[in-house]
Amino acid sequence: MTAPADKPRLSREHMLDLLKQMIRIRHFEDKCYELYTQEKIRGFMHLYDGEEAIAVGIIPVLEKRDRIVSAYREHGHALVRGVPMTKVMAEMYGKQEGCSRGRGGSMHLFDRATNFYGGNAIVGGGLPLAVGLALADHMQGGDLVIACFFGDGAVAEGEFHESLNLAALWGLPVLFVCENNLYAMGTALALSESETDIQRKAACYRIAAEAVDGMDVVAVEAAARRAVHAVRESRKPYFLECRTYRLRAHSMFDAQLYRDKAEIETWRPKEPIIRFQGWLQSNHMIHPEEVARIEAEADAEVEQAVAFAEAGTWEPVEQLTRFVYADRSVPAGR
Amino acid sequence: MAEFRMPSLGSDMEAGTLVEWLVKPGDWVKRGDIVAVIETQKGAIEIETFQPGQIEKILVDLHTKVPVGTPLALIRGEGEAKPAAAPAAPPPPPAAPAAPPAAPAVPHAVAPLVQAPVAAPSPPPIALGAAAGARASPAARRLAQERGIDLSTVTGSGPAGAITYADVERRLAEAVAPAEKVAPAEKKRVPWLDLDAMRTAIAAAMTRAKREIPHYYLEHQVDVTACEQWLAEQNATRPPDNRLLFGALPIRATALAARRFPAFNGFYQNNKFEQAQAVHVGVAISIRGGGLAAPALHDTDQLSLDDLMSQMRDLVQRTRAGRIRSSEISDPTITVSSLGERGVEALYGIIYPPQVAIVGFGKTVLRPWVIDGAIGPRSVITATLSADHRVSDGHAGGLFLAEIGRLLQEPEKLWTTPTSAK
Amino acid sequence: MQQQAVRSGTIETTYREAVRAAIRDAIKRDERVFLMGEDVGRYGGCYAVTKGLLAELGPERIRDTPLSESGFTGAGIGAAMAGMRPIVELMTVNFSLLALDQILNNAATVRHMSGNQFGVPLVIRMATGAGRQLAAQHSHSLEGWYAHIAGIKVLAPATLEDARGMLWTAIEDPDPVLIFENVMLYNMSGKLAADAGPVDIDKAAVRRPGRDISLITYGGSLWKTLEAAATLAAENIEAEVIDLRSLRPLDDATIMTSVAKTRRAVVVDEGWRSGSLAAEVGMRIVEQVFWALDAPIGRVCSEEVPVPYPSHLENATIPQPAKIVAAAKAALGGR
Repeated sequence: MTAPADKPRLSREHMLDLLKQMIRIRHFEDKCYELYTQEKIRGFMHLYDGEEAIAVGIIPVLEKRDRIVSAYREHGHALVRGVPMTKVMAEMYGKQEGCSRGRGGSMHLFDRATNFYGGNAIVGGGLPLAVGLALADHMQGGDLVIACFFGDGAVAEGEFHESLNLAALWGLPVLFVCENNLYAMGTALALSESETDIQRKAACYRIAAEAVDGMDVVAVEAAARRAVHAVRESRKPYFLECRTYRLRAHSMFDAQLYRDKAEIETWRPKEPIIRFQGWLQSNHMIHPEEVARIEAEADAEVEQAVAFAEAGTWEPVEQLTRFVYADRSVPAGR
Repeated sequence: MAEFRMPSLGSDMEAGTLVEWLVKPGDWVKRGDIVAVIETQKGAIEIETFQPGQIEKILVDLHTKVPVGTPLALIRGEGEAKPAAAPAAPPPPPAAPAAPPAAPAVPHAVAPLVQAPVAAPSPPPIALGAAAGARASPAARRLAQERGIDLSTVTGSGPAGAITYADVERRLAEAVAPAEKVAPAEKKRVPWLDLDAMRTAIAAAMTRAKREIPHYYLEHQVDVTACEQWLAEQNATRPPDNRLLFGALPIRATALAARRFPAFNGFYQNNKFEQAQAVHVGVAISIRGGGLAAPALHDTDQLSLDDLMSQMRDLVQRTRAGRIRSSEISDPTITVSSLGERGVEALYGIIYPPQVAIVGFGKTVLRPWVIDGAIGPRSVITATLSADHRVSDGHAGGLFLAEIGRLLQEPEKLWTTPTSAK
Repeated sequence: MQQQAVRSGTIETTYREAVRAAIRDAIKRDERVFLMGEDVGRYGGCYAVTKGLLAELGPERIRDTPLSESGFTGAGIGAAMAGMRPIVELMTVNFSLLALDQILNNAATVRHMSGNQFGVPLVIRMATGAGRQLAAQHSHSLEGWYAHIAGIKVLAPATLEDARGMLWTAIEDPDPVLIFENVMLYNMSGKLAADAGPVDIDKAAVRRPGRDISLITYGGSLWKTLEAAATLAAENIEAEVIDLRSLRPLDDATIMTSVAKTRRAVVVDEGWRSGSLAAEVGMRIVEQVFWALDAPIGRVCSEEVPVPYPSHLENATIPQPAKIVAAAKAALGGR
């Protein structure tokens, strides 16, 4: 494990919190997997197992007033950001108590209260949105940081290039975070990118960039502090490539014909929770009972969220056509 | 004991085939352990258990394709007693292997989508052949139907001879005057009215009537001068297409009298008489070509004067156009038949079974009459009653017929005379 | 600006100038409003609509963008979600296809997907239509496609009043509004009230009352339809001309009142015939006033061919007054 850099907070309390956040996400995702096999959750669902260090390392560094745009593997981002787990689970179920009133589902978690501007099901679709959120802040004279999470697959989309160019050209405060898990659904990075060193692409747009070990939550947090600070002060974009790996399949119904099981097993010992927990234990910063407690608390919170979702209600069909337009249009000349 | 079931891994996954078990009965598993491999349309996928415990029993053989939700194995939780024979099934709902994927346990409000408002309903079905096959615009059809115009008598001026609204309007302007002016000389064969079938039906009905109903007959001379005067006064102020016809008065008088003498208003069926609640006077109408029908004027005793007139007109038009409903044929509770101006002085009708009376009116004749001891000319009509002796006798019949005559002395009161309560 | 300004009367102006005035007015009135698009600033706008505005309003409010339709349309959506009121100018509907994903999958859906937490008060303006021999890739009329999308509003101003007044109302609308300006209308000149202001964006207008047939149209086809109506009048056929103005939502009430009265309808739409907006209007007429119809509903649309380059072929492709007259007469059947 790399030594933490750039003045991270090394207190035990903070370390335990980092571990807890990651475990919390992992247990939530596990439960979602189970519920999906029982048909409680439907549609497409993409789980974050193995990538927790990125959301947990970066998002707490942001201010509450900052804005976040993510993609469809966004449960972890939403949870770390503070969207209540009950509301996220209810959204997975499609109940109207969900954070998007049940209308969005797994890929469309939105929460105004935490400035969470959505999951997005279109690969690369959120980048221009993030540019726009930053443009608004720029025009309003603010000091926000707009964090935009996307995967290595998005890098191939035209919108990736258009968005980086616009952000650099107009000097917009966007923190572009590429979660490079080496596969765009079933296509390995090497098979879709001529230049696989993703952070180099940002340099072409004259955006400050770095790559970080996405499996090392402390390294990610350190990089995030640098990045967020840079964006907030310079009012210019920053590009952070987090190198990670996806332990589960792309989505639920995926036979993973495109990668060897052996490859997954080589990554498993390096995954962020095992790695961080091991480091904490070998440095005597945590006791097994504390881990057990953290896991039990996570389980309890997940159970509570499931109960909340189970008890949730279905939006009446009569309300089907609501929320397509604002409920009251503005009459001419107001 | 927990059931390990075939998991759903995608909305388009309906079933899976077990190809490998990675555990056997007696093995201990914990949450997240891979226990089997299934083959799906996407390839082989490892499936994991969420229940920790000991594998108790494998329920499904390898290489069997089973739907999502099918129990594949039983897992006994730690600390659970080993079961005796059949394991007690835990709460999860059982899934029938042959059935499609189990619905979620949570009650799913699969209410049908709210329907958009249904368009206005089409006009009521017509019993006797509507002019199917004529190319006519929707507007033209509707107008023709509303006004009882037979589309086959309309010449179309639209594309390829299609009938337009304007064509129907033109036809209306040439419409024949209704009711008592009896049919024109030409015997026009109306194609959709099967006159032969109608005559056969009439023959059967009349034969039956004569065979089964013991008729008795009464006759009464009625001074209708007051009626004629009243009509003249009324019509002086009415536009031509709104004028009153004489025929309405005997029909109305009969209806009011039938209210007071219910023995003449109803049906004799199953060896007994059923008094009808309403009074629907059947109006005998001759049809070109030798046909005859007597459809009902519903609630004849309650209609306003104008309603009765317009419904009479409508009935005549539609009957002659072959567009009356079967209910209108079977609804009359008593029938009135009139020969109008071209008939003879008295008409003794045959009762239409299962009715029990028919009232006939001959033509109006100017006769010498005694009024206040002096002789003067009066318009007189002969009213007759043919009635079913199983239900009524001459005394009652006489009162009934006399009542009709009495009512016709005060024509203005025909529309204000209170009727008996329903 | 070269306009004769009479304080309390009318001004002589063009459609182009009316749109420019609307943009200027919006930016001056509301600090949240800004315009961005390709060549809107230094070039003055592909159709000269924004000529002079950069100098007058500055580069923060009139923003030149790179050729990144998806990028800057998405940016407009994001900015709108964060409280601005952007006007995105997509040079033409032909290039808007590059931004279709942002328009359909973000602008039209955000309010719904977020359960009403976020709205997108964005205006997108585009030039549309054929007639300048720009050939197949530069001559589309895809308003009908966009009118298919639930979650946005679609407008087609065809008059000076609407060019001047619809933008105002669209900017104040909390939902995304697309405004289609037909390229053949920019040069159109006429009189406009000096104090012309906002107009509604959800009602059709009867531009010419009549009793014999309803001619229903929008945008660039309006003037051809009025010309056809004049030709028909000379033969004693009085056509009622309806300008749809709003393509989504469609103003059923005005359309049906007209067809119930005249009993005949022809829809004129510059899109290709198959699956056109005319098909939608025709179907609504069948659904709502079927029993009043006295003739099959007709339509005059573009022929099913990519728009050709030579003028005689281009003219034969798109609706023309002669075709509209012929369609009206066919509906009147033998008159």
